[in-house]
Amino acid sequence: MTAPYSLSQSAGPAAGNLTQPPLPRSGATALPRPLVVAQRVLATLWADRKARIGLVVISALILAALLAPVIAPYSPTDASFPRTLPPGGAHLLGTTGSGQDTLSQLLWGARISLLVGVCAGVLASVIAIVIGLIAGYLPGVTDEVLMFVTNLTLAIPALPLMIVLAVYLAGGGVKVIIFVIVVTGWATGARVIRSQAATLRSRDFIALAQFGGERLHRIVFREVLPNMTSLVAANFFAAATGAVLGEAGLEFLGLGDPTTVSWGTMLYWAQNSGALLTGQWVLVLAPGLCIALLAAALSLVNFGVDALSNPRLREK
Amino acid sequence: MAHPLLQAKGLNVVYEPARGTRIWSVRDVSLDLGEGELAGLVGESGCGKSTLGYALTRMLRPPARLESGTISFAGQDLTSLDGEELRQRRRGGFALVLQGGMNALNPVRTVEAHFRDVLRADKSSAGRQTARQVERRAAELLDRVHLPATTLRRYPHELSGGMRQRVAIAIALALDPRLVIFDEPTTALDVIVAEAVLGVIRELQREAGFTALLISHDLGLVLQATDRVLVMYAGRIVEDRAAASMLTDARHPYSQALLRCYGDPRADEVHIEDIPGSPPDLSMPPGGCAFAPRCPLSERVCEETDPELVPLGSGRAACHVAAREARDASG
Amino acid sequence: MPADDRASGSRAADSTKMGNGKAAAHDTAAAGRQAAARESAAGSTAARREGGTAAGAGLVVTGAGKVYASRHRGEPPVTALRDVSLTVAPGAAVGLVGASGSGKSTLARLITGLDRPSTGLITFGGLRVDRLRRGALREFRKHVQMVFQDPYAALNPLHTVGYTLARPVANYLGLGGSQLTERVRDLLATVGLTPAGQFEDKLPHQLSGGQRQRVVIAHALASEPQLIVADEPVSMLDVSLRAGVLRLLNQLRRDHRVGLLYITHDLLSARLVTDDLLVLNAGRVVERGPTRQVLRQPADPYTRRLLAALPNPFADSHPAAAHPFAAGSHPVPARPAALRPAGPSPAAAQLPQPSPASPDGGPA
Repeated sequence: MTAPYSLSQSAGPAAGNLTQPPLPRSGATALPRPLVVAQRVLATLWADRKARIGLVVISALILAALLAPVIAPYSPTDASFPRTLPPGGAHLLGTTGSGQDTLSQLLWGARISLLVGVCAGVLASVIAIVIGLIAGYLPGVTDEVLMFVTNLTLAIPALPLMIVLAVYLAGGGVKVIIFVIVVTGWATGARVIRSQAATLRSRDFIALAQFGGERLHRIVFREVLPNMTSLVAANFFAAATGAVLGEAGLEFLGLGDPTTVSWGTMLYWAQNSGALLTGQWVLVLAPGLCIALLAAALSLVNFGVDALSNPRLREK
Repeated sequence: MAHPLLQAKGLNVVYEPARGTRIWSVRDVSLDLGEGELAGLVGESGCGKSTLGYALTRMLRPPARLESGTISFAGQDLTSLDGEELRQRRRGGFALVLQGGMNALNPVRTVEAHFRDVLRADKSSAGRQTARQVERRAAELLDRVHLPATTLRRYPHELSGGMRQRVAIAIALALDPRLVIFDEPTTALDVIVAEAVLGVIRELQREAGFTALLISHDLGLVLQATDRVLVMYAGRIVEDRAAASMLTDARHPYSQALLRCYGDPRADEVHIEDIPGSPPDLSMPPGGCAFAPRCPLSERVCEETDPELVPLGSGRAACHVAAREARDASG
Repeated sequence: MPADDRASGSRAADSTKMGNGKAAAHDTAAAGRQAAARESAAGSTAARREGGTAAGAGLVVTGAGKVYASRHRGEPPVTALRDVSLTVAPGAAVGLVGASGSGKSTLARLITGLDRPSTGLITFGGLRVDRLRRGALREFRKHVQMVFQDPYAALNPLHTVGYTLARPVANYLGLGGSQLTERVRDLLATVGLTPAGQFEDKLPHQLSGGQRQRVVIAHALASEPQLIVADEPVSMLDVSLRAGVLRLLNQLRRDHRVGLLYITHDLLSARLVTDDLLVLNAGRVVERGPTRQVLRQPADPYTRRLLAALPNPFADSHPAAAHPFAAGSHPVPARPAALRPAGPSPAAAQLPQPSPASPDGGPA
């Protein structure tokens, strides 16, 4: 049911499809477009309370990760300290079973988790967008083929696939992890994006653009895609969340590179040294909370994404 | 009117979006609807007519809010009732057929399922019905809108726009309402289907005797389909007159301007007009008559004071100029 | 709600509020004939003949038919159009009238190249429209443009008016920079959205329905087309806004010599903007002729039904009253509307019933 109170209430037609998000003005802008878009996106997200909390947490984590070399008390791989010290004194969060400082590991480990989260999230999103848009906008054989591949990917259980790939490509480090997550994570987004693109394709304003002489690539990227900003952003945050959890999961299972320092490997080593059995809850809680915090923050930001859909925010 | 079925006094509805300014969509509206009356509410987009319809049936949702005013239905004050109490009064109460009523049907449920929901939601003894009874009652209702019983098994997308609208009307009648408000029942329907739907509405109203309020932006339609016309502009009622008198005795310049938007295509020469300009911004309601900037007859007093709805001729109108002319005429 | 178009109104010429309610949309006979006369004087008499191939010969539809495969399994295909022929000479205004399901939208799609006819052919200036593919189709759009029905859906909600209008100007006229901006402003002025500078930066939701529709018309005009196919351009607008848009269409025909194919179910607006009328029913042309004649002496019962169904307070709208008018002009307002007689609506007997499988009306 259309809300009867929208400002553009009309006599009959569903009160506008005021669904979609901002885009830089057509006139000349001083900044390059991607920057302007990013700025608008951030400003919009900031306006929503939940999203703001999420953004603050993510920023704090990013800051911690960037400043790790500066603020970490010790080197994360320095195993010269006494083992399994409880928190306190020189080691604020104690030490691990191998004698490394937990806090330093936590700070340095943030880098990997964030890196994987962002990279895998972005890559999975890009693939999902490209495939989804093409399949959604070009009906017929193209759509069928792309959807077949997508459905195939979806049908294969993600975790076993991840495990198989990780084992097969063992020793590749972080790059492999990113690869594995992307390969198993793009399909859901592609399906959703394709649906939305297909819906938009039949909208009048697309036909108007066609009559205006716009070519395919312009229609797809300048007419359809901007109307999907909300969906794309949501997809990215979901993918990033999944990536963070996926990375932690793979590392925890020992399928990653146990020699790198990340929150996931911290959990792996904690598990290895029987941390829970011996009551060394800090070793589990510290990285676990951080993973949860990052994932939660990404999800919180997702709440603000709906606001990106509102063209009123573009008003002068 | 002696014992109106619905009596609304001083209604003010404000729309408060989370971001942006407050809009006063309904301003100090009072109206009475009698038993069995068939009335129409006409106005441009954004004049508040749909909002008024929702307010009268207590269907307003945030960010819209009934700021002040009272509504009494069959002598009972509605404004003090809460959700549960309102629900209990649905049978023999009032019903609202939504704008795009055809789009208000759930696309994944059959027509029968819609009826079942409504009939079963009625908690009174009459509402406890078996599946068979529901089916029978639904078929009966569909028959009144001239649809066959086989429609029950259909999904909304299998029906045309006109059929869906009739289904929505039938559903609205399921609980024998005494008041039915139709919000733009024929918009997006072509002329032939629209005429048929209006015919159905009139027929139903005659048979069942419920009070009906037809909301539309099309004055011509309302004049043909109803007995009494209320014209709304910028959140206020500016004219209230019997349909039969509107053509010859419309007093408010806006009503007259609306009438000039119609013409007979068969005539030798056809002139229709539009109304230039647009309604005022209701985030800052004007101090004087809201129509003054667009009115060909406006005078100083119009810009200063908002005219009251007063008896003029056989009905009422809110216009300084018309009021003065009436006074002059009566000597 | 439109914020600041108090004076923008529907006509550039009238600025005061006094007496400007009187500008009206007159019928088009004289204007249309003048435009057409100019065209033929320019030497394209050949265009008038069906199937003429001179440049600017206009639109010729010959025996067009369209069949859609049914959505439901095991059902016969739906015939949306059956052997439809029509001509729109350059600068002429032809109306295509019918209720939903009559096939008029399907025909619009065929004519603008959005779909291919199953049978028959469609030519424009000798060019086979039904055979066009991508690149050629885009070129074709320069000459045959479309005005859409729903002004609330036809504009991308994210693009400013300036951007939306700039695209066809850039694509078809190859203009850029300041020339582009100036052109866009001209277009805005042409459709009565002045001051242009104010409207350039507006987003669709900041405009009223009438203003949005004007933007859509401006968009159609941008490529300097020879023919505009207008699909129900005013049916989703408030009645109080229609005359302005219709007047604009007439003016464009006069000033820009654009032909018009006006598709509608509303005979009043058809009367005001067209010279010739075709009535479609269930995919077939059931009546055709000069507009005034068809309206005053409708031969086909379907046409009479359309006339009777008009929400027109100034006519005797009882279906039985299809008699022609007394000689002389019909004063406005006439007499009180003939309200519906008590009892079952005569229209009730003709209400559509759901067919066994597909909704009545089909895909038109």
